[in-house]
Amino acid sequence: MKPSKFHYHAPATIGDAVGLLGAHADEAKVLAGGQSLVPMMSLRLATFGHLVDLNKVDGLAGIERSNGHVRIGALTRQATAEHDTTVASDVPMMAKALPHIGHFQIRNRGTVGGSIAHADPASELPAVALALDATLEAAGPGGERQIAAADFFEGTWQTALAEDEILTAVRFPVWGAASGFAVEEVARRHGDFAICGAVCGVELDGDAIVRAAIGLFGVGPTPVRSTLAEQALIAGGAGSDLADIARQAADPLDPSDDIHASGAYRKQIAAVVVRRALTKAIEEARS
Amino acid sequence: MSETISNVTVTITVNGRQRDVTCEPRKLLSDVIREELVLTGTHVGCEHGACGACTVLVDGAAVRSCLLFAAQMDGAEITTVEGIANPDGSLSDVQEAMRDNHGLQCGFCTPGFVITLTAFLRDHTDPTDDEIREAISGNLCRCTGYHGIVNAARQVCGRANGGES
Ligand SMILES: Cc1cc2nc3c(=O)[nH]c(=O)nc-3n(C[C@H](O)[C@H](O)[C@H](O)COP(=O)(O)OP(=O)(O)OC[C@H]3O[C@@H](n4cnc5c(N)ncnc54)[C@H](O)[C@@H]3O)c2cc1C
Ligand code: FES
Ligand code: FES
Repeated sequence: MKPSKFHYHAPATIGDAVGLLGAHADEAKVLAGGQSLVPMMSLRLATFGHLVDLNKVDGLAGIERSNGHVRIGALTRQATAEHDTTVASDVPMMAKALPHIGHFQIRNRGTVGGSIAHADPASELPAVALALDATLEAAGPGGERQIAAADFFEGTWQTALAEDEILTAVRFPVWGAASGFAVEEVARRHGDFAICGAVCGVELDGDAIVRAAIGLFGVGPTPVRSTLAEQALIAGGAGSDLADIARQAADPLDPSDDIHASGAYRKQIAAVVVRRALTKAIEEARS
Repeated sequence: MSETISNVTVTITVNGRQRDVTCEPRKLLSDVIREELVLTGTHVGCEHGACGACTVLVDGAAVRSCLLFAAQMDGAEITTVEGIANPDGSLSDVQEAMRDNHGLQCGFCTPGFVITLTAFLRDHTDPTDDEIREAISGNLCRCTGYHGIVNAARQVCGRANGGES
């Protein structure tokens, strides 16, 4: 199938892009890497009168470190972030999550901001943003604002962004040196969207865990952060019974059935991927 | 939507030749390559990013041409499978290796695999078998069972072909 007709706009500045979104109100849609949007348009799951292409907008791509944060421009290609040395050393959870997205040809085009703004429940990057307490930078008609990841994901494909707002960058806090991170997921075939997955991080001080992050995806309409399990892990330290911590992370979940897996299966897998990811993260933090 | 939508004109370099293309904004790059440029080596299987048959190089990067609009391509350099052979017309290393190792049967998927392997082996000169398999995981082939294609990649890296079951 082919996409239905639309007017194509390729603004050069963030201001122009926001202006176009405002001018065409609910008829307009932002186009980034197109790796989710174009298939939806070709399958006619979505139609838009106006596409506002961000690919020619100045200053939306790039990776920089400052003040204990790594800032990734929304239009940075997933492949660029995957091979970036700053991301590898300072936001390892991100570096480990990226190769799970589709295939290298998808990541050559797909963007970091596009994945987060798209907010697919089975996507890796929204869970990474949530688990690491990322800050999302948005530009709209009223100027710029910052949104905490905890307030960003509202439902399947739904975020706190207004229709005339653009995600411009994502800022990740940099953890200390004694940290470890792991991403574990279960998918039917390599490169498929995961049935369920976990992103975990720990920061150690000896055997004490001073910081913990447990994020899950594929278990509900939004990524889920397991705050209670994180607290239990911090209380118990690196010697905690990780299977027990993982059960605490999975217990409150209530995933629904779909064609890929039953909710009960997803819930069971959630405990498995959290246990695996925590085991690896603690191992890495110790080494 | 009865409203008229104006065409866009883009200038792209395809296999080394500069071309002007005028088309509707909604026209996929894969369709422009096949219908306007009449380069029918680029195949279209699923048209939603799943099969990899439409893979081309855009500014050197392997991408799905069915997930791009031609309107976005102004100034881009595009290589299709027709541009992969050596300048003297002889097969490239990847093409030669695909033939030597029975990396194709019906040939429908082959242009996508050739482009994928050309980009991957340019960037990875000594990949493991696992890395080769991962690299081709985004291209579907219904005929070969993939072993011949993996062996073709191994041959390009100077490793003995065969030896895999
Ligand atoms: C075969 C295949 C397999 C895939 N597998 C996976 C997978 O395993 N895991 C995974 O996470 N993803 C997967 N994807 C999707 C891929 O990661 C997409 O790149 C990503 O979801 C969307 O990013 P994009 O830049 O392509 O955005 P687009 O497709 O251009 O846009 C997606 C949505 O986000 C909005 N948007 C994009 N950027 C912005 C912005 N800066 N501000 C505001 N709104 C914006 C768009 O309006 C649109 O609604 C797969 C895709 C394919 C084709
Ligand atoms: S036709 Fe483009 S990926 Fe299948
Ligand atoms: S050779 Fe027939 S699909 Fe691959």
